[in-house]
Amino acid sequence: MDMKVDKKKLNLKDKYKLLTRDLGWEPSYHSKDEIYPYVKYEGLKVHDWDKWEDPFRLTMDAYWKYQAEKERKFYAIIDAHTQNNGHLNITDARYLTALKIFLQAISPGEYAAHRGFARVGREFAGVGTQVACQMQAIDEIRHAQTQIHAMSNYNRYYNGFHAFADARDRIWYTSVARSFFDDAMSAGPFEFMIAIGFSFEYVLTNLLFVPFMSGAAYNGDMATVTFGFSAQSDEARHMTLGLECIKFMLEQDPDNLPIVQEWIDKWFWRGFRVLGLVSTMMDYMLPKRVMSWREAWEIYGVENGGALFRDLARYGIRPPKGWDDAEKAIDHMSHQLMLGLYQWSFGTAFHSWIPSDEDMDWLSAKYPATFDKYYRPRWNHIKKLAAAGTPYKNFGLAKLCQCCQLPIVFTEPDDPTMLCNRETTYKGEKYHFCSDGCQDVFEREPEKYIQAWLPMPALFQEQQGDIGAWMAWVSLGDGVDNGDYAGSADQRNFQQWRGLATSNQ
Amino acid sequence: MPVTAIKEYVAVPRDQVANFHGKQLVYVSWDRHLLFAAPFLICLPPETPFRELVEGPLKALVSPDPDAAAIDWQRVEWLKSNQPWTPDFDASLAANGIGHKDQLRMRTAGPNSLAPVA
Repeated sequence: MDMKVDKKKLNLKDKYKLLTRDLGWEPSYHSKDEIYPYVKYEGLKVHDWDKWEDPFRLTMDAYWKYQAEKERKFYAIIDAHTQNNGHLNITDARYLTALKIFLQAISPGEYAAHRGFARVGREFAGVGTQVACQMQAIDEIRHAQTQIHAMSNYNRYYNGFHAFADARDRIWYTSVARSFFDDAMSAGPFEFMIAIGFSFEYVLTNLLFVPFMSGAAYNGDMATVTFGFSAQSDEARHMTLGLECIKFMLEQDPDNLPIVQEWIDKWFWRGFRVLGLVSTMMDYMLPKRVMSWREAWEIYGVENGGALFRDLARYGIRPPKGWDDAEKAIDHMSHQLMLGLYQWSFGTAFHSWIPSDEDMDWLSAKYPATFDKYYRPRWNHIKKLAAAGTPYKNFGLAKLCQCCQLPIVFTEPDDPTMLCNRETTYKGEKYHFCSDGCQDVFEREPEKYIQAWLPMPALFQEQQGDIGAWMAWVSLGDGVDNGDYAGSADQRNFQQWRGLATSNQ
Repeated sequence: MPVTAIKEYVAVPRDQVANFHGKQLVYVSWDRHLLFAAPFLICLPPETPFRELVEGPLKALVSPDPDAAAIDWQRVEWLKSNQPWTPDFDASLAANGIGHKDQLRMRTAGPNSLAPVA
């Protein structure tokens, strides 16, 4: 007969020890170098993996419980959103442009981060690190899935959501995010941790998720807000993991400092370029805006980022090399990119538009030193062309940066009237860059970036310049998914459905 | 610096001229005329006369700028790879030394209607 035994509850410390550190073992018939072939080649010196402190002491059993609860809440709200025609509660269908870019550029990045963490979870030699990376790998795939689910409801009613995976691989403005993640995934495990743990989680996530999710709330998009809340609690854990990894590298050996600093320089700049898309969403694409890109940068870049670098200064880390150039770009980047997105709107899987006078007044109030001086004259001219029945389309495709892959829309740090022209020749081939930051990244490892698949040159290599063939290849319906918001099916349908929902007509 | 890698790393440039079906890329921009968000990417055979590049794609592409009609093409100052340079309008791109992925910049003394307002 079975005896009933009192189940003793483990205390947290013992539980953590058993469920994490005790999962490791000493190999007996293979050397550690054979088992972990990737931990040394980047030049990082690690003397004691046990010094790795797990910031959250989270064990798998607790992790499953928390995450399952979050999933239940998330899907309950998504169901309610669907059943209550949540797609009609947004401010207007222009807002969806920001979501389309998010889905096309960022959600595949979450999936890439999942793959990367699954890999480094295997490649790192310490068991604490392995468990933490495995949890983050699961988080990232969950984020990709929940983002896709949160936004799929809009796909039933609006254009431009249907082919986000093709867009990720093939369209020019998503290439900035794709190249970021391809670069990270093809780096060694320690560099990957800086790319994602520092750049993606610190530089990007704060600026992406906090103001952007507030933007979703302001514009009535409860599906995205729900996803944002569900993900944000993970992001805090991820940031801590990234920071812990940086500190671990720096504490293990003083020789690690210059390597880590170089990675911080590189990945700050790469992350900053991805933020170009976010700045445009915040300043131009939210019908009801929360804060300007400049204001978001003050809080999450200057204050939070500044605090991080003050914290790391005791290890000898200085702020990233491109920090000053980044600050000089803040008052320009959203305007420069939006001007590009408008004039190439025939090649986007979303709509763009000329800002209204009211929008321009808002931009002028938020950017008193730059908007009226540099950007309003251009928008006014574009408005005049549209009013004359000859809306401006720039059929000159764009020169792209070999590193970040964005069109070279950015100006000199100290001269906003001059496009930045940087070039170099490597082994007889010419390469162009949007900034010193991107050129520096290239010159550290040119062999890596000469292989970049750049969408605009590829259009001439692979489709001989045939824009129609290119549109079919990226699953872009001409006149349906792209072009001006004014007169689009999205605008028409939204107004009609809203009218039906709010009147007795 | 080579790529940090666990073994020899062999990379092949992705956009060599041989991949462009007998054509080449030329980038052209007009300094301080930022209605155009980025330098134009133009793809042409290297035997195209420089005049044809200007008369054809370039004039069409710059036409939405209010100053485009006022350009005196004989007096445009040119830069190639950021260095002053004088084109021969009747010679081909190749004979002008315009290689694959070269960047040309135009500078005009004329009006700049969309310039920053003080």
